[in-house]
Amino acid sequence: MVNFGGWDMPLEYSGILAEHEAVRTRAGLFDVSHMGEIEIRGPGALDLVQFVTCNNAAKLDAGQAQYSGLMTGLGTFVDDLLVHKISDTHYLLCVNAANQDHDFEHIVAHHHFDAEVENAGSRYSQLAVQGPRAAEILAKLTPALLDSIRYYHFVFAKVSDVACLIARTGYTGEDGFELYFPARFSEKLWNELMQAGESYSLVPCGLGARNTLRLEAGMCLYGHEINETTTPWEAGLGWICKLDKGKFLGCDVLADQKQAGVERKLVGFEMLDKRIARDGCPVVISGREAGRVTSGGPAPFLKKNIGMAYVPPEFSGTGTEIEISIRGLPAAARIVALPFYRRPQASS
Amino acid sequence: MYPVGYRYTQDHEWLKVNGSVGTIGITDYAQKELGDVVFVELPTVGKIVKAGEAFGTVESVKAVSEIFSPVSGQITETNASLADSPEKINQDPHGSAWLVRIRLSDPGEAQKLMDAAAYEAYVAEKAKEHSA
Repeated sequence: MVNFGGWDMPLEYSGILAEHEAVRTRAGLFDVSHMGEIEIRGPGALDLVQFVTCNNAAKLDAGQAQYSGLMTGLGTFVDDLLVHKISDTHYLLCVNAANQDHDFEHIVAHHHFDAEVENAGSRYSQLAVQGPRAAEILAKLTPALLDSIRYYHFVFAKVSDVACLIARTGYTGEDGFELYFPARFSEKLWNELMQAGESYSLVPCGLGARNTLRLEAGMCLYGHEINETTTPWEAGLGWICKLDKGKFLGCDVLADQKQAGVERKLVGFEMLDKRIARDGCPVVISGREAGRVTSGGPAPFLKKNIGMAYVPPEFSGTGTEIEISIRGLPAAARIVALPFYRRPQASS
Repeated sequence: MYPVGYRYTQDHEWLKVNGSVGTIGITDYAQKELGDVVFVELPTVGKIVKAGEAFGTVESVKAVSEIFSPVSGQITETNASLADSPEKINQDPHGSAWLVRIRLSDPGEAQKLMDAAAYEAYVAEKAKEHSA
């Protein structure tokens, strides 16, 4: 067990490699109850969400979710999050565990709209069932028409008699669902899902596989790729930064940076050397430190060693060869396009 | 569980002495703590190491762990099979997944290490701390 944002959580159950493989080829179940929830209700709910986040929440339909960033006044990340539009006057934000209280205080500090903000994390549990067989497993426990839930959409429905928000979202690069429900049912739902998944060889997965899966899928992890010093442009998250949506925290700085260009860019790399780059390893270009590895490790499904790092834009092109300093010795690596892994699209 | 006749360190390496040559590996406790081992970095043959000095690394998916030499001496052989099959460390840590052989410069050092019974008690204590 490791302490993660105040939660005691297993790093692994059967082993990270086995869990990773299960999610890529069958399905895995994650207890992600540590994730934080913040609810915003009232006539000004959309205005508040729009003001503190960088993506355009006005584009959401009820029942739709969106990846976004909670911004500082400097256009850097307080957190990354999922914004769920429940109705015109009700939004549910899913935020990182360790940031939850800080996020809540940040939102409240910038709150001058007609809405109520609730730090609701302790009311919710969250389970994620992820992998190509996830829909079949979940279908055994819910009357919801899962086929009709598109990626990044959600419905309210019962799962094994527990009222859930069922979202077709995830942090693994696979198809799958994240279930939000009252905390007291977490053990019951975990057991029911494990049982429903038995014939699919569903396996419980820990934080270790969650990290290798998201890294292989090229997804950012707060505190690694993004933090209060990085902007969406630098992190390759320009697609969630909508300057034309109206005024929001940091929008002026972000507009300037878009014009002027960034001084560093997040890239993906794969090792040419057999050694493994880890978080924090320096990136060396022409004999000088040019950046740092933000996340690095084995990509179990791709059977390569990969990572992400910040480098100056002039060295960020795909195919550029770089060196990573691992325990003081240089190791060759090559910049590759993100994501490292993209799931095969269903042929239906 | 832990072979009798081996010696053990607090850092979870084992040493098996045969005359003036010792074989070194990591213990079953260590491989379980590390999880799936994916890479091993070993010293070059001929390297002189001191007791307690790091001479290599064993990496799992989640962590990098340095290997400290239980004794002083000169590396005479490394287990080349681990380069292609590092997972052997998870499967047979006390046997075929030995890491290096070392010519002991001070055979007396081995006597200062824990024997199997002492090590077993030591890891039982560690396990208790973990679950506490």
